[in-house]
Amino acid sequence: MSLELSCDVLVLGGGPAACWAAWSAASAGARVIVADKGYLGASGSAAASGNGVLAVPPDERAAVIAQRSDVGRGLVDTLWLERMLETTWRSLPLIEEWGYAFPKQDGKPVRNSYYGPEYLRVLRKRLLRSGVQILDQSPALELLVSEDGAVAGARGLRRQAHTYYEVRAGAVVLATGGCAFLSKALGSNVNTGDAFLMAVEAGAELSGMEFSSQYGISSALNATATRGVPYAWATFYDAQGHSLGGFMENRREDWFLPKALLQGPVYAKLDRATAEVRAVIEKSHFIAFLPLRKAGIDPYTQLFPVTLVLEGTVRGAGGVRIVTDDCGATIPGLYAAGDAATRELIAGAATGGGGPNAAWAISSGQWAGAGAAKFARGLGPQANTRSVKPAGRVGLDGREHAAGCFDSDVIIGAVQAEMFPLEKNYYRNEPGLTRSLVQLDAAWSELQRQPNVENTREIERSRTAAFLTASARWAYRASLRRRETRSLNRRTDFPQTDPAQCHYQATGGLDEIWTRSEPVRSLQPTAATQAHARVHEAR
Amino acid sequence: MIELISDSRCTGCDICVKICPTNVFDPGDGEAPTIARQQDCQTCFMCEAYCPADALYVAPESSHSVPVDEHELSAAGRLGEYRVLLGWGPGRTSNSERDTAHLLRTLPGPFRR
Repeated sequence: MSLELSCDVLVLGGGPAACWAAWSAASAGARVIVADKGYLGASGSAAASGNGVLAVPPDERAAVIAQRSDVGRGLVDTLWLERMLETTWRSLPLIEEWGYAFPKQDGKPVRNSYYGPEYLRVLRKRLLRSGVQILDQSPALELLVSEDGAVAGARGLRRQAHTYYEVRAGAVVLATGGCAFLSKALGSNVNTGDAFLMAVEAGAELSGMEFSSQYGISSALNATATRGVPYAWATFYDAQGHSLGGFMENRREDWFLPKALLQGPVYAKLDRATAEVRAVIEKSHFIAFLPLRKAGIDPYTQLFPVTLVLEGTVRGAGGVRIVTDDCGATIPGLYAAGDAATRELIAGAATGGGGPNAAWAISSGQWAGAGAAKFARGLGPQANTRSVKPAGRVGLDGREHAAGCFDSDVIIGAVQAEMFPLEKNYYRNEPGLTRSLVQLDAAWSELQRQPNVENTREIERSRTAAFLTASARWAYRASLRRRETRSLNRRTDFPQTDPAQCHYQATGGLDEIWTRSEPVRSLQPTAATQAHARVHEAR
Repeated sequence: MIELISDSRCTGCDICVKICPTNVFDPGDGEAPTIARQQDCQTCFMCEAYCPADALYVAPESSHSVPVDEHELSAAGRLGEYRVLLGWGPGRTSNSERDTAHLLRTLPGPFRR
């Protein structure tokens, strides 16, 4: 029997953004349900590791805004970045209040990073205390849309009870993370772009999908723990044992490692790490060392093979396009937070890894949760009596289908074959993207057949095949249209950044994909950036 | 990938079933759970972190299964290793207080933020 529930705000996802959204909505008096694919506390890329948080005291913000704007190659919206820094700064002490122990320096807590498992454990405890209802092991499959086009809930799978659930809600927050295409980059196999397809099927838009080519370094034997910091003290070698130098030493161009890996295997040794360095990196990035320790490798004295693992949009920038200050999507009743939302506003065209994304989860989560609670309240008591329809179209049972069944594993393999290789995704060009899109469009046609619904795993896997294929098609269509290199969109046929293309790209559509330019809006300097400009002028 | 649920250590609490982000285990009805969908394991080590009996072992290899020996792993201190790192478990306090990320920028080169 399927489970039927109703609430004011339904949050989909179970990482930091979902937690902050649920807490914020509950604090505004909303009845909140969170449905996570895995277990809220253990699932997602933050829980499985640890992150730096872009936590900046007020007097350092102008400099950080200028630096991040530069890194983001013209696509950072300084107003959004400024409000994110402020909200994050004010929120971090709450985590401590809720039971998370930050390290201390000179007796004062330093709140600019977290151990993932402990952070999420504390957030879960806090949500339960706030009366939030948590549905674990409950991946959402599709949104529910009311007759007037507002998002009014979601339908999903209770995968351990082998049944479906349907939650009616006044508003929905998408916080299911980005898309790493099942690459196994640390904790990210739950991040399969679910929000993107669910949102577009319901009528919403995406933005920045061309910024989906972030890769992270890992030991090749593990190919999971994508944490780059320890490698700052590495020397790299080719298969013949010739030194390729260090990651630094003027060689830390982004393309150093991809270029070397395309020529053959690359090995590393953290031989530049002094005892002082080791003591720090083993505690700040323990997750990078755990697999090596398990394998009996001493990374300081032994060479080990390294690789790059696709992190896609998880540490890239693209996602659901948001058009209101409270992270509202382009259709009523739908909000997006964390990696499910575009992070161009705060990271521009660059990776949001290393601090911005973790801060964005804290801030966008709270804005989306508050926005959703307000929207639900505005609907009044009849919110959950609205007539609704499931919006999902592809990879789901009981829809219109072409003849025959599709094989999820074949489709997922085909998508990965276009998205994983460095020569296709890290380095892009028109002929390559066009060839990939032929394969991806073929996969999309195949998905129009009947899914395998033999058991819960197959039902979920079928829909996942659709999530991944759709994400890949939007990523490459958007990249094809951006005929320039701008941070993560590396076009070998257009190696320069074109000032005329300093705009966002909205995208959407299912069978026919469209793309559209959108201006970077708030470039007017705020008080903080004006102050910074004055400092610059004075120099 | 997940390679071992130690029958001698497992208490049958099914916490790993409940928390696995990719739903790899099936409950064991009071006995040890089974590794029902090993191909779905993403090697995130979260089951090791949550197992109160230090009964699980996730091998570092994420793309293929490798043989493991429980006695060797146990003797080498590999079972429950992640919990020690996190400071999780009875008689321990969370190691989050020992996070050194804020010291990275004070280190002598080559690291620069």
